[in-house]
Amino acid sequence: MNPNPFTRFVKKLSILFSRERFASELDEEMAFHREQVAKELVAEGMAPEAARYAAMRQFGNATKLREQSHEVVSFRAETVVQDVRFGLRQWTKNPGLALTSIVILALGVGASVAIFGFVDAALLEPLPYANPGRLMSVNESDSTSPRWPLSYPDYLDWQRLNKSFSSLDVYSGTGYLLRTSSGAEPVQAERVSGGFFQTLGVQPMLGRDFYPGENRPGGANVVLLSYGAWLHRFGARRDVVGQSVDLDHESYTIIGVLPRTFTFAPSGNAEFWVPLNSFSTHEKLRTFYDFWGIGRLRDGVTVRAALAETGAIAKQLQLQYGITGRNLSASVVPLDEVIVGEVRPILLTLLGGAGLLLLIACVNVASLVLVRSEGRRREIAVRGALGATPTRLVRQFVTEGLLLAGFGSLAGVLVAVGLMKLLARLVPKDMAANMPFLAGVALNAHTGAVTAAVALMTALLLAATPTLRLSFQKVRDGLSEGDRGAAGRLWQRLGANMVMVELAVAVVLLAGAGLLGQSFYRLLHVRLGFDPDHLATVQVMAPGTVYKSDEQTAGLYEEIVRRVSSLPGVESAGLTSMLPVQCNCQIDGIQIQGRPSHGEHNEVDERHISLAYLSTLKARLVRGRLFSDADDASRPGVAVINQALARKFFPGEDPVGQRITDDEGGRPSVWEIVGVVDDVREGPLDVDIWPAEYFPINQTQDHYFSLAVRTRHDPGSLLPLLVSTLHQLDPNLGVSDEETMNEQIGGTQAALLHRSSAWLVGGFAAVALVLGVVGLYGVIACSVSQRTREIGVRMALGAQRSSVYKLVMGQAGWLTGTGLAIGLVSSVGASLLMRSLLFGVQPWDAVTLGCVAALLGLASMAASFLPARRAASVNPTDALRAE
Amino acid sequence: MVTAMAKKPDLLPGTLDMLILKTLTRAPLHGYGIALSIKHLSDDVLTVEEGSLYPALQRLLLQGWVKAEWKMTETNRRARFYKLTAAGRKQLGFEVSQFEQMIAAIGRVLKDAQEA
Repeated sequence: MNPNPFTRFVKKLSILFSRERFASELDEEMAFHREQVAKELVAEGMAPEAARYAAMRQFGNATKLREQSHEVVSFRAETVVQDVRFGLRQWTKNPGLALTSIVILALGVGASVAIFGFVDAALLEPLPYANPGRLMSVNESDSTSPRWPLSYPDYLDWQRLNKSFSSLDVYSGTGYLLRTSSGAEPVQAERVSGGFFQTLGVQPMLGRDFYPGENRPGGANVVLLSYGAWLHRFGARRDVVGQSVDLDHESYTIIGVLPRTFTFAPSGNAEFWVPLNSFSTHEKLRTFYDFWGIGRLRDGVTVRAALAETGAIAKQLQLQYGITGRNLSASVVPLDEVIVGEVRPILLTLLGGAGLLLLIACVNVASLVLVRSEGRRREIAVRGALGATPTRLVRQFVTEGLLLAGFGSLAGVLVAVGLMKLLARLVPKDMAANMPFLAGVALNAHTGAVTAAVALMTALLLAATPTLRLSFQKVRDGLSEGDRGAAGRLWQRLGANMVMVELAVAVVLLAGAGLLGQSFYRLLHVRLGFDPDHLATVQVMAPGTVYKSDEQTAGLYEEIVRRVSSLPGVESAGLTSMLPVQCNCQIDGIQIQGRPSHGEHNEVDERHISLAYLSTLKARLVRGRLFSDADDASRPGVAVINQALARKFFPGEDPVGQRITDDEGGRPSVWEIVGVVDDVREGPLDVDIWPAEYFPINQTQDHYFSLAVRTRHDPGSLLPLLVSTLHQLDPNLGVSDEETMNEQIGGTQAALLHRSSAWLVGGFAAVALVLGVVGLYGVIACSVSQRTREIGVRMALGAQRSSVYKLVMGQAGWLTGTGLAIGLVSSVGASLLMRSLLFGVQPWDAVTLGCVAALLGLASMAASFLPARRAASVNPTDALRAE
Repeated sequence: MVTAMAKKPDLLPGTLDMLILKTLTRAPLHGYGIALSIKHLSDDVLTVEEGSLYPALQRLLLQGWVKAEWKMTETNRRARFYKLTAAGRKQLGFEVSQFEQMIAAIGRVLKDAQEA
């Protein structure tokens, strides 16, 4: 009996596309009918004109019938248009409400889509390599550190022995001095084994990859350019292939250019890619670990199997070469985990925060819609009484919900696009180079789909809320004068529940922001062990081809310090192989002379410094002395250690006079400890202080070092002068990264991650607080206006104004209290989830939670005080007369 | 009162579709033919408000119970002829049995009321 709805749909559709034919045929048919009737009437003896009118009368209202016929075959599109028009008219009647709703939705949708854009680009989009899921980061590991680089001899053995990887390659970051027309410029470069690009599945867009022989010792000096280098340094000329460039005073032939899409995060901004074909003395050692490995898993080999195999190889090599002090093993981790690993928790936290913001925005708009539907009870009742079916009424609300959600989401997309651009720009360049996925943050299929899903959910919520309320309401209740029906109470309860959710979510966000803010504050106020103010820093690279001998290099050190110290306002200047608050890298394995070695591996930070470096930092000398002029290359090695080293290796002893030994550049060396300084934070802000040793730079000879200058004035204004002074001294010096010490610290990864998460979650929390408090105000104000008569009666019967205050504030207090309680419990849970982002503060930190509770409590009380005052100032006679 | 008496009875709601289907069982007809046929067969008792045939015909077309075809009349005019389909025949049977059940029920109620 029931005809197939699909065929009906197809018929309707075909009529829709031949609408004109449908209409003309219908007209023709009806005209024919009238003519026949008229003809018959004429045959019965009626005058033709009269017959025509009679036929028309008998036929009925042709226009109406035509419309009816159209309606049968139409898609109800007309009523939809009606609903839309009506909905829009409702908005123009109350533009403030509509605008508020759209802005709130735009914020919620915008924030979550923008953050999702980052999550998508970082965590969901595959890396830009062939079959990236099979690419592994393959490295050494032992019980104390989970992942560190390979030594070159180990790499060759791993490559030869393993069966898990179809190819295994290594890379090692380096820097060169590029000779340009304006002098020497330090550039980042990467040395890679020959199959590196094949393993990744990347082909040069110009020229060729390395030839097999080029990565063997003694191979030709060839170089591949990054797309950026090709564009900016060589003007994107296609004929650069075959030309030569001067790196560190050696000529390299350009053999190709890498594609624009190619990035390799661990290499940052490396512009020049050269094959590994010459090695320093250290690099030939089996225990000099400086080469990071990547491998492509063979088909069918699991990560676990590869790990087991390489781990066994590492153990076998350890036995074979008698390497002591470590329990060597391997680390095989998917490459994408290595690349995005550290931003994962922060992105997930932000996504969670944005999701909560979206929730609160939806709830807020839903309660606004609810408030408005309350004001429209009579309209709905009248429409119902006039014969509008419930479906028709529901459709009206669904249409309005869709309209709001649609406009809100559209505005949200605009917000998202803006926010994505803004956030991507906030990431500093140096860091952005390590996050190649930033380039992929944009509106694309994924973010578009998520936007659509979010919009749909919002629409459903906004349509469902008033509909839900509608279905509980009796038409007659709405028509009757009073506003005292059960529906009013129902709305109050629904609205109140929504406000509790909002307040609870606001508490979670506020607590999160508080904890992240505190972490950031603690991070910035962590003990540095030196005075970072009034310090200017700059990186210097001295070409090894010019400064060959120890005397020449020592002369350069001396000359730099002398010239810089004489600049106006400069108090002192010092050199170091690496500035503080960077990383616990450039490490050294030491032994204490005269103590039996049990093969333990004692890793300490190793820094090479000039005489005045520690005093320039204002590091405090605890025992012994700092270096003097006499400690040069001709004298026995001396060392200054930090307190962490003294505590760890010389507990209860005087370290001054003791000797430490290490493998310095492949030669066993001995260093006499001459002094102990207070701990200077060499590693990152969020890591415990490591033991550190300082050797005189005159006894070690570094070509790559940093200059730290203490000035009486603003260090920022000194930077250009420093650069020009160094260039005057020798135009061949590579000078880069001129920054004040505070900029340097603020730009470190730890500081940036904590700062960005604190600010973003803080922003979310601020919006959430405002929305929650406004929501509370709405509920209380609405309830007060509904209870005006009740309050009037109470006051007429002798209630005091104070008891009216109590009544209103009591309701608000109950809502706030419940919301707070739920929120505080949830926020401890939420904070536990983001524990990895916290620094120096516990997830259940009482001070933070207390402050959040106090802030929200005060804001809520302020929001409910206004309606309470209005309630208390109700004039009983007016209120009763309104009845 | 007088006018009300003189007015011909309205069709029972929902019966128009059934009547149209029935008139089409003998031969395909155009709209005017259907109206005439209903009038004649009911001895002028049932008069369709003629125009209301057309929305009803559209409904039947959409349901697939009738098919329409443009043909020439005996007087050589172009007209749209409606033809009953198999589904329409089935629907007619269903509607007729429904209708008869209802009439029988109404009849029983009326009889009962007279006897009481």
